[in-house]
Amino acid sequence: MQLIDQHTKRIMEGCKERARDAGLVFDAETLEYYVTNVDMLELSPKNMIPTLYDYWLQDIQVLHGKGEYEIYPSNPYETVINTRPVISFYNDNNPDWLNVMIFYHVLGHIDFFQNNKFFEKTWDYDFKEKALTEKRMIAKLRTQKGRKVDYVIEFAKGIDNLVGYFQDLNSTTDVPIGSLLPDKIDFYFNHFLQNIRLAGQRELLQEIDIYNHLEDTADKSKHDLLLKKVLIRNPEFEELYKVYSEKKKVPYRDLMQFVMEESNFLNTDENKWMNGVIDIIRDTSLYFSPMIRTKIMNEGWASYWHEKLFMNDERIKGHEVGFSRINANVTAISRVGLNPYAIGWRLFTYIEEMAEKGAYSYEFQKLTDTEQRKLYNQQTGTGKDFIFAVRKNFLDSTFISQFLDQSFMDKHNLFVVGQRINPQRHTREYYVKSRKLKDYKEMISDSLYHPPHIEFQTKPDGSLYLNHIFENKELYREYIPNTLVGLEYLWGHPVYLETTELDLEEMKKRQSKMDSATTAIPQTIEPVFHRVIYSVKERKVTKQKAA
Amino acid sequence: MKDKNLPHGGDSERKTPEDIFNFAVLDTIHVPGIYSYNDQKTIVGLQAGALTTGHMYDLDRLLERDRLREKDGFPRKIRLGKLVKPSRDGGDKSIIIPSASEEKLYHWKSEEQFTEGPSTGGSGDEAEGDVIGEQPIREGESGGQGPGQGEGGEHGMGTDAFEIGRVLTEQFELPNIKDKGKKVSLTRFTYELSDMNRGHGQILDKKQTLRRVVKTNMVLGNIVPEQEIDMSKLIITPADRVYRTLSKEKERESQAMVFFVRDYSGSMQGKPTEAVVTQHVYIHSWLVFQYQRRVISRFIVHDTEAHEVPDFYTYYIKQVAGGTDIASGYALVNKIIKEENLARDFNIYVFHGTDGDDFDSNGYKTLDELKIMLPSINRIGITIAENSWTTHGNSVVSGYLKKSALVQKHTELIHYDAFKADEADDKRLIQSIKTLIS
Repeated sequence: MQLIDQHTKRIMEGCKERARDAGLVFDAETLEYYVTNVDMLELSPKNMIPTLYDYWLQDIQVLHGKGEYEIYPSNPYETVINTRPVISFYNDNNPDWLNVMIFYHVLGHIDFFQNNKFFEKTWDYDFKEKALTEKRMIAKLRTQKGRKVDYVIEFAKGIDNLVGYFQDLNSTTDVPIGSLLPDKIDFYFNHFLQNIRLAGQRELLQEIDIYNHLEDTADKSKHDLLLKKVLIRNPEFEELYKVYSEKKKVPYRDLMQFVMEESNFLNTDENKWMNGVIDIIRDTSLYFSPMIRTKIMNEGWASYWHEKLFMNDERIKGHEVGFSRINANVTAISRVGLNPYAIGWRLFTYIEEMAEKGAYSYEFQKLTDTEQRKLYNQQTGTGKDFIFAVRKNFLDSTFISQFLDQSFMDKHNLFVVGQRINPQRHTREYYVKSRKLKDYKEMISDSLYHPPHIEFQTKPDGSLYLNHIFENKELYREYIPNTLVGLEYLWGHPVYLETTELDLEEMKKRQSKMDSATTAIPQTIEPVFHRVIYSVKERKVTKQKAA
Repeated sequence: MKDKNLPHGGDSERKTPEDIFNFAVLDTIHVPGIYSYNDQKTIVGLQAGALTTGHMYDLDRLLERDRLREKDGFPRKIRLGKLVKPSRDGGDKSIIIPSASEEKLYHWKSEEQFTEGPSTGGSGDEAEGDVIGEQPIREGESGGQGPGQGEGGEHGMGTDAFEIGRVLTEQFELPNIKDKGKKVSLTRFTYELSDMNRGHGQILDKKQTLRRVVKTNMVLGNIVPEQEIDMSKLIITPADRVYRTLSKEKERESQAMVFFVRDYSGSMQGKPTEAVVTQHVYIHSWLVFQYQRRVISRFIVHDTEAHEVPDFYTYYIKQVAGGTDIASGYALVNKIIKEENLARDFNIYVFHGTDGDDFDSNGYKTLDELKIMLPSINRIGITIAENSWTTHGNSVVSGYLKKSALVQKHTELIHYDAFKADEADDKRLIQSIKTLIS
């Protein structure tokens, strides 16, 4: 690993100037290093953070079987790391013009890291330095505690995808959370009426209407007036509100925090140091969280800019053909597969176009005629501002659900590809499964990073009870036992996990029934799920059907 | 137009070792998804290539580490799991992969095993329902079953069966097969007068010398075709003399001949096949180690008929079919042994994997064949990977083996082990190997 030479650095500085002129915003200081493929061996298991703590399993490739990487992507790594100053890594034998392209791509990433709201928590400190301190701390602990340190790392990593990233983000963001109404009123409309009274839509609208027609009087605000009315009809309201607000006062803790604070095992004098290690794992996971949730946007944004800026850079005239080849490799939309560069870049370009036309307006949305929609053009001149706002305020899931629409799909001929076995030809066929927007969006959102939602509580006997809220995907079974064993180690008492699983026996029965019934039309088997409880006691894992 | 090269990630120019490995060697069905792309691969041209990863770790150290885990009461983390990538060209393209999973609670679309594979994105002009591409399925991968399952997508360092065997023998403490007193094979040399040399040597090759003489004299014009030859005019130069010289010819002699016999009848579908094949991979690897590559393996599959297949690859991927007649497999082994007179030169081992079903419910035919086989072989190890519907230890084969006087008489030669195929993890398979070869 060595710094890039002066010549290349000069090129980079030139790129920065041009990028800034184009509107990108980023810190002045950056560091660029040449790395070799051998360096990459050490860097990639550390997600490109050279100072990340050592851990023996980093020496082994963490292998993902067939398609498993798609089930649970680990932290994505880029050629840029989100540190202060930002560090980026290069191949030392790329020609200048290619470096220019890469620099622009990198600058796109830097701008994204430093402006997208979801990265806000990473802005105030330098992760690389923090990691270095932690690396030293772990190394020191290892000399004192031996391989226990690695068990703690391993078991903490076992639950590090369950960190409360969004809750954590909420604690700093300047965006107002929840309602602008006073707490009690908010409780009335958003909780009491809907969840306790189970009011229908009509009643709800009526209540809102009443509220909207209330006027402040001389001595009483409209809120007081409303509450008075409410209390007459619902004498229990005050009491319920009290319970609710008590509950609300307890700040949210994610599973890792909960374990650190509540575990009897961890909070003995002898084991207190473990909390330090768990905290490191949790922080690291939080640090990478925005990255994995903005993969499409981040790559799309960087590709958008490398293309735009490269083509306008007069220093490398004459390399357009070479550029086009590489650029096409990067951003060509896959015949089969999901290329985040391709989708992200096209979507940003599309959004800019649409915003330029003024399509994100009520007036446009009202148009139902395709021709009219096509011809609609307000020439707002705000396309660029609009995409800058998008890069600031969105993440992959909202980006896709908000902006990916039918005309985008039509424009780029997108469809959902299904795969099926053709027993006659003995092949696996890829076929066009759907061209519908709804299906396409569903397919993308299905492939986006989404850790399971797990609620937890302590039982009177000291055990930890996890409740997996089923979202039509079960948990990867092979990994459940060891994860729970690890958690039990940290918790010090038995651990239970209630979750939903596919009823394999029933499924097999149905399948054989279908195989025997010779119908010409292929049918799909409706999945049958049942609720099960895993329990781990003294490292023995058992599973039973939930009552 | 069918796109034969599906799937592609659009990075054809800069194929990294990993890509090649993924797509060509493992011929995995792998459609790139959102998170399989990164800058290093796509733009920068950097790659922590999977094939070079071998330099990273010191296997022994890692395994030692893993052994300590067990001592501490945690399950082992490193798996030397499903590690063979048999290749058609015969060579042992085994891949030893110390792999570890980061176990967490992850989402998983479990019902996909019963329905279609996962959906992904695509683009093109085709209408809904149109097929846009296809990939041949490896034999054995039908509907996601068969031994091929689970192999895909793994990368690791390429090494050979020798390395796996070393690990198995050393780390899993497999007992070694006893030497049965046959001559230990050596690298043997024979001397043959096979090399030709002009000018000098041990024995003059008259025929070759005469040829050269004729040639030389034709060039000189001393011999004119269709005219009588004046022998006195012929000139013999020293260079025309062709001698044979004694040369050292290396000949390798194999000490062990191993027959892998696999039941590939219909009932073997799925788990039993997976268990048997995986176990045979281990045994194969281990024997290659034990006999320092002087082991010859033969592969036989049978349902009601037995066939010899040319290499491990074919053996490994062969699709299941038909009913079961175990005797057919043993009969073929006997036939080969007899025809090639193998018993004289080789330690012969037979490893047979079945799910325990046999048409020959009393085992008369099978036991007869066994009886013929026993004098020639050093050991037969029978693996019974029971199907889920068989109660443990009650398969047909277990039944007649248990009752057989032959088996009781030759406990030294016949070992068998029965286990539930569903429960056969690596550990159980290793334990089973121990039983078979102890």
